[in-house]
Amino acid sequence: MEVKHTAHAEHAEKHEVHEHHEHHETFWTKYVFSQDHKMICKQFLITAIFMAYVAMFMSMVFRLQLANPGKPYPILEKLIPHFAPGGILDPSAYLAFVTIHGTIMVFFVLTGGLSGTFSNLLIPLQVGARDMASGFLNMLSYWFFFASSAVMFASIFVEGGAASGGWTIYPPLSALPQAIPGSGMGMTLWLVSMALFIISALLGGINYITTVINLRTKGMSMTRLPLTIWAFLITATLGVLSFPVLFAAALLLIFDRSFGTSFFLSDIFIGGEPLAHSGGSPILFQHLFWFLGHPEVYIVLLPALGLASEVISVNSRKPIFGYKAMIGSMLIIAFLSFVVWGHHMFITGMNPFLGSVFVFTTLLVAIPSAVKVFNYIATLWRANIQFTPQMLFAIGLVSFFISGGLTGIILGDSALDINIHDNYFVVAHFHIVMGASAIFGMFAGVYHWFPRMFGRMINKKLGYIHFWFTILAVYGVFFPMHFLGLAGVPRRYYANTAYEGFDALININHLVTIMAIIGGIGQLIFAFNFFYSIFKGKRSPQNPWDSNTLEWTSPVKHLHGNWAGPTPTVYRWPYDYSKPGAEDDFIMQTVPFSQTKSSNLPGEED
Amino acid sequence: MNLLIILTIILGIFVLVRLMNIMQLTAQLSGESEEAEMKRDNKINAVLMMGFMIVGLVLIVYMTIRYSEYMLPQPASEHGVETDRLLWWNFGVIGLVFFITQIVLFYFGYKYRYDKSRRAFFYHENHKLEIWWTVIPTIVLAALIVTGLASWNKITQSNHKDGMKIQVYGFQFNFITRYAGKDNKLGKSNYKLISDTNPLGIDYTDPASKDDIMTTGKEMRLPVGIPIDMDCNSRDVIHSVWFPHLRTQMNAVPGMTTNFYFKPTITTTEMRKITKNEKFDYILLCNKVCGVAHYTMNMKLVVDTPDDFRTWLKTQQSVMAGAEQTQTADSAPNSNSNSKEL
Repeated sequence: MEVKHTAHAEHAEKHEVHEHHEHHETFWTKYVFSQDHKMICKQFLITAIFMAYVAMFMSMVFRLQLANPGKPYPILEKLIPHFAPGGILDPSAYLAFVTIHGTIMVFFVLTGGLSGTFSNLLIPLQVGARDMASGFLNMLSYWFFFASSAVMFASIFVEGGAASGGWTIYPPLSALPQAIPGSGMGMTLWLVSMALFIISALLGGINYITTVINLRTKGMSMTRLPLTIWAFLITATLGVLSFPVLFAAALLLIFDRSFGTSFFLSDIFIGGEPLAHSGGSPILFQHLFWFLGHPEVYIVLLPALGLASEVISVNSRKPIFGYKAMIGSMLIIAFLSFVVWGHHMFITGMNPFLGSVFVFTTLLVAIPSAVKVFNYIATLWRANIQFTPQMLFAIGLVSFFISGGLTGIILGDSALDINIHDNYFVVAHFHIVMGASAIFGMFAGVYHWFPRMFGRMINKKLGYIHFWFTILAVYGVFFPMHFLGLAGVPRRYYANTAYEGFDALININHLVTIMAIIGGIGQLIFAFNFFYSIFKGKRSPQNPWDSNTLEWTSPVKHLHGNWAGPTPTVYRWPYDYSKPGAEDDFIMQTVPFSQTKSSNLPGEED
Repeated sequence: MNLLIILTIILGIFVLVRLMNIMQLTAQLSGESEEAEMKRDNKINAVLMMGFMIVGLVLIVYMTIRYSEYMLPQPASEHGVETDRLLWWNFGVIGLVFFITQIVLFYFGYKYRYDKSRRAFFYHENHKLEIWWTVIPTIVLAALIVTGLASWNKITQSNHKDGMKIQVYGFQFNFITRYAGKDNKLGKSNYKLISDTNPLGIDYTDPASKDDIMTTGKEMRLPVGIPIDMDCNSRDVIHSVWFPHLRTQMNAVPGMTTNFYFKPTITTTEMRKITKNEKFDYILLCNKVCGVAHYTMNMKLVVDTPDDFRTWLKTQQSVMAGAEQTQTADSAPNSNSNSKEL
């Protein structure tokens, strides 16, 4: 014990020396090439917010087109004359926008933005580490992400337009510039950007895993970790295992595009001539893509669920129900996510028996998901709920997770998938379960940890307005899309005028577009609130939400190394809220059992 | 003009910032305690949650009824009737779960809003409960898996030998349908043989090609009541052959042949009576993004009585029609393409 103590003291001393250097930090090392996880977190967040508004703007533009196909909008003429000559969105720009909207949202906002921001902020702070295992790799991770974002953004403006075969970039469409203009320079940049992105995700992921496993503070056993950390750990593991497969797919696609190989191409006649490619399989690409693509869904969703678990528990003033079941569910979901990818490919002509196997594994995912939902609901039962904006967003997340998860049961059933594959039903499904759930988790995280990031409070009133606009918009936009899908309207159509049977549904398209605009306004309110509060928000108290976890013991004013003295020691799990016999309705993880004799349960001692 | 707009936006943001400052100051001056404020906010949001849930569920029910005539239009194939029934069962199950869980979720939010005089119930484990809500979903899902797979097996493993062989061939941005003729066998094809006169790349030396017939316009026909053994192919990118009313969909992938087996059960004429729409037509849509004009890639489908179908088929073109033209002009272009291959 004594030895340990000196070690701590030494550490602290070293740290002070380090602190001294801190004062000489230049602008460049502090704000740009920072190796401090708290700064990197903010860099990720702000880059992702920028990308999110780009992607959201695109969705507004193509929603305007879909509401009134062929109608000129003067505002588009004004804003983006290059993409919408005469105020009418060009069909190839439409496809490019759809593609880039999906790519940015899935990868840049909900993977890079969500994991990058919150893994960076919370892993060291909640496990009681001074920083990430490798600050340098962490910095690299951000700058690869930045480079990749910059390349993706630039690709929108190149000759021929951005990649436009959908975010899943199925070859041969994505391999042949003759097939679609976006498969020229735009697709090359897309692939380069993704390669950079994957490097960033891997550097980040390895760092997150290492930090959680090795740098937990004294007393922080795996079963005392907040669920956020469990979620980030599992997410990072999924990423490390699946992203390299996408990297391989992208690399092989680059070979097919540029060096004449035939991994994904065979027997193609296009542009008036047969191509030499022979023996490849376009379906092989889909297998590789979805081997990442499906775990990717959970890479997006699990951190959101982790953040929601924490937010719901804190704001319910109640321990999360079924802590171990929550961890178990996440582990099972993560495992299953590697064996369900084929449900994206039921109608590619795959062997029907293989299809059956994927139906089986896919529907199994519903079981741990159901357990999670019931646990959230049980947490709310007899709680004492503080409706902060983050709590509203977390409840919204649970609502979307239910709505979107249930339609997944239909899509995962191969016999039913035949008729709803690739139409608006699946668009509704994944936007609700993955898009909206994850973004609501991210909003919950931003509102909850804003004081920790910026040392100031974010305005609550505007937060409420933001929430109500957004939940109304999400259900308003995506619920009616189920009806479109069941009526048979295909996705990725520039105009739904192909078949007169769809004409009667134009009302729904109007409704969806109006709701989308309401959602857009809501996000402008958020942007204003976010940037206003960074500079002008009320100063944050030490522990604004009366929360138990370690990040609230670190000083409000950021400190390189997070704690001035030794790192805190942990004595208990993170969910001792409203414990009978305790003085307050929360007991922080750093409070030893010897100080809470009145509330200890049998067997609880230091 | 543009400068003016930018200036207005900047001014607008500036005004908003000042407004926020003033609001924050007045909030401080009004002396409303944070506690009172939180209490009010809790109440307002709890009520809004309840309101949102009730209005939302009512609207969902209303819209489902309002648009039910367009959703899942009358299935016109044998398996379509079955998958539709399965779909409604599934909707029944998930609908029930949806209503129960959403109501409970929002109601708990409303009921257990913050009250200073009360403490939350320290309750975080109940193994019995957890086992129940693992076992019950498992049983329900097992039922859904079993019924779903039974249908899937029936659709995909039907006896493919007695069907009428056709090929639906996709290319940017149209379809051609080829009928196998009397021998019920499609002649071989090779993408290197594709030309203006031979859009399918038919191998004219294959005797099975002799009686193959292909469509030339934007219309294809199928006989009612006869099983169709459909091969799908593509020459350029992936397309998807989708007949929404027949509940039939299969990707058309370059370099491989995919297959779907189905039986149309209602003729176009009958369907016009059922839908009370004189102008009703079936449609074949491309359902996999395939290029800029993807949204225009479709074909009218007419389901006929077998007699009418045979009469119509005679008006279509033999795939061999292009053979003579190719032979007369054979020397120059053909030898060229041959040397290229070598």
